Amino acid sequence: MSNGAVILQNISKSYKTVKALTEINVSIAKGELFGFIGPDGAGKTTLFRILTTLLNPDSGTATVEGFDTVKNYKSIRNIAGYMPGRFSLYQDLTVEENLSFFASIYNTTIEENYHLIADIYKHIEPFKHRKAGKLSGGMKQKLALSCALIHKPEVLFLDEPTTGVDAVSRMEFWEMLKKLRSQGITILVSTPYMDEAALCDRVALMQNGHVMTIDTPNAIINAFPVKIYAVRSNRMFHLLNDLQSIPETEAVYRFGDVVHYLSHSKTFDPLSITRHLDSLSHTEITVNQSVPTIEDSFMLYMRKSDKFNISQHDN
Amino acid sequence: MKTILYILQKEFRQIFREKAMLVIILVIPMVQLLILSFTATFEIKNTNISILDHDHSVESRNLINKFSGSPFFTISSFYDSYDKGVEALKSGKTHQLLIIQPHFEKDLQRDGKGKVMIITDAINGSAASIMSAYAHSILFDFNKQILIEHYPNLSLSDPIQITVSNWYNPRLNYITYMVPGILVLLVTIIGMFLSGMNVVKEKELGTIEQINVTPIKKYQFIIGKLLPFWIIAMFEFSFGLFLARFVFGVPMLGSLALQLGTVSVYLVVVLSFGLFVSTITETMQQAMFISWFFMVIFILMSGLFTPVESMPDWAQTVNKLNPISYFIQINRMIMLKGSVFSDFTRQFYSLVVYAVLMLSLSVWRYRKVA
Repeated sequence: MSNGAVILQNISKSYKTVKALTEINVSIAKGELFGFIGPDGAGKTTLFRILTTLLNPDSGTATVEGFDTVKNYKSIRNIAGYMPGRFSLYQDLTVEENLSFFASIYNTTIEENYHLIADIYKHIEPFKHRKAGKLSGGMKQKLALSCALIHKPEVLFLDEPTTGVDAVSRMEFWEMLKKLRSQGITILVSTPYMDEAALCDRVALMQNGHVMTIDTPNAIINAFPVKIYAVRSNRMFHLLNDLQSIPETEAVYRFGDVVHYLSHSKTFDPLSITRHLDSLSHTEITVNQSVPTIEDSFMLYMRKSDKFNISQHDN
Repeated sequence: MKTILYILQKEFRQIFREKAMLVIILVIPMVQLLILSFTATFEIKNTNISILDHDHSVESRNLINKFSGSPFFTISSFYDSYDKGVEALKSGKTHQLLIIQPHFEKDLQRDGKGKVMIITDAINGSAASIMSAYAHSILFDFNKQILIEHYPNLSLSDPIQITVSNWYNPRLNYITYMVPGILVLLVTIIGMFLSGMNVVKEKELGTIEQINVTPIKKYQFIIGKLLPFWIIAMFEFSFGLFLARFVFGVPMLGSLALQLGTVSVYLVVVLSFGLFVSTITETMQQAMFISWFFMVIFILMSGLFTPVESMPDWAQTVNKLNPISYFIQINRMIMLKGSVFSDFTRQFYSLVVYAVLMLSLSVWRYRKVA
């Protein structure tokens, strides 16, 4: 694993009383498109700030292309591209001025690395004399990505790049990332959107500063231990509580416009759901087996770690 | 070196793009200079005095005429009772009360002694002492006149003849005294606020995050942040000097090169002070309040309005940390006295030490890693 592009070993970081990251171990290979998936407050941004040398960890070591984030931070700043979660370019400068400024402080020019950003930049080039602050969300994101790429980084850190961007722009953005990966750039991306996990080579599911699992999206889905039943009825409002009262219940949670039901019993019969709901005077009941998604895995891992935490408290 | 140029280019673009800011930087200080220099004066040109004449005699009228004949006093009204006079003093209608006792003329002629009383509104202590002094000098004149009238043979020549000659500001022109000081103040405000606000603004908007991950070195960033405002402040100072010379007619006896040389060092102090404030604050609001806190103390203790020498000892000691005080001294010395470098080496080297200290402190405090 020592030839990984980004390696985190036992990284921990606390802010006063809050533990933002606890014992994070991740190794990311060169050229990989790696996703950190988790809700707000999972510790994703803290992790990215450590890797981009903006924050020192309390303990543990992290390396980017073999450079230590604390000792060799200067080398990392030359080879890393960073796109913070919040738009951090100069709003009062134009698109072109922003880009050429960031090119020049890395001792390069727009022309020299134009091929790298061409696919992305051509979308916003017609507006190159517009001030960055006057761009739409999707265009801002493209400009930020162009600026992070203009110095031909070896590793790209994208902190929640698709948050607050419309669905079409999100898909476009992921297409761009795939193209970049094909050019050999290692890409680390964080996102709270579970559906984006499937677009990564590998993902780490994060919650409360812990990494719950690391694997390819398919492996995570395949490892899903039980069957999932998508349930609907005419009384969706009561459905959640009524399903909970089935004795074999493992988990019940909302999933889009249906409720997902998981049982811990290996011999669970889905007909018992219908019977149970029928007895509680639900009508229009539908129960379908559903293919697990990353979100289902995430819910399950979250429950496990919650249970773990509760049992720790009990001791 | 190239990197610094790119940062400078970026900074100037941003400064000149914001039209409102440009007005604030260039026009407002000039307007302030024009307004403050004409109005911030301690000269007392017009004192309202009210008269309570209980005597109504020839002598009392002579005395009143003395006051009304002085360009310094305006007789605002006459009262017939003490209470009404005090009421006028209370309400601010009058600054001074001249009370002439009954039988003033009779006493004067019979005993050679007459009694008058002067009451001064002393809320503003320094103004009050000036008003009292003027009133005294009129009474002194009046005394002398009476002596001459009554004892024409008396020799009244004083044993010691006093001739006063005012150097460096022979006509005691207040504008001459104030303009060099106010000029210092204006470039200080520009320097201290703009440099500090600029860095905190980047913090607040988050743009500093993007800069911090780049290979830009600390010193490059700091030079890139200080130099634009140094240039603007230098320009402003020069323009202010131009106004001082040709609008206010303030003499410029010293060497212009020397003056610009010292202001260039002084600006490093002020700019790095602002920068230091920005490194210890997170928002523009915080930076604003901290800068103001120091500004107000520095200005009031600077000797701009009141001489530093008349402050208590501890204040004079504290003032050793006040850069504005040093530079106001230097600036006045060069402009009004034509002082040369050897006249203010102590003040100049204090500024140099200050500049080095503040700059190192802010470079040390500015961190790219949290």
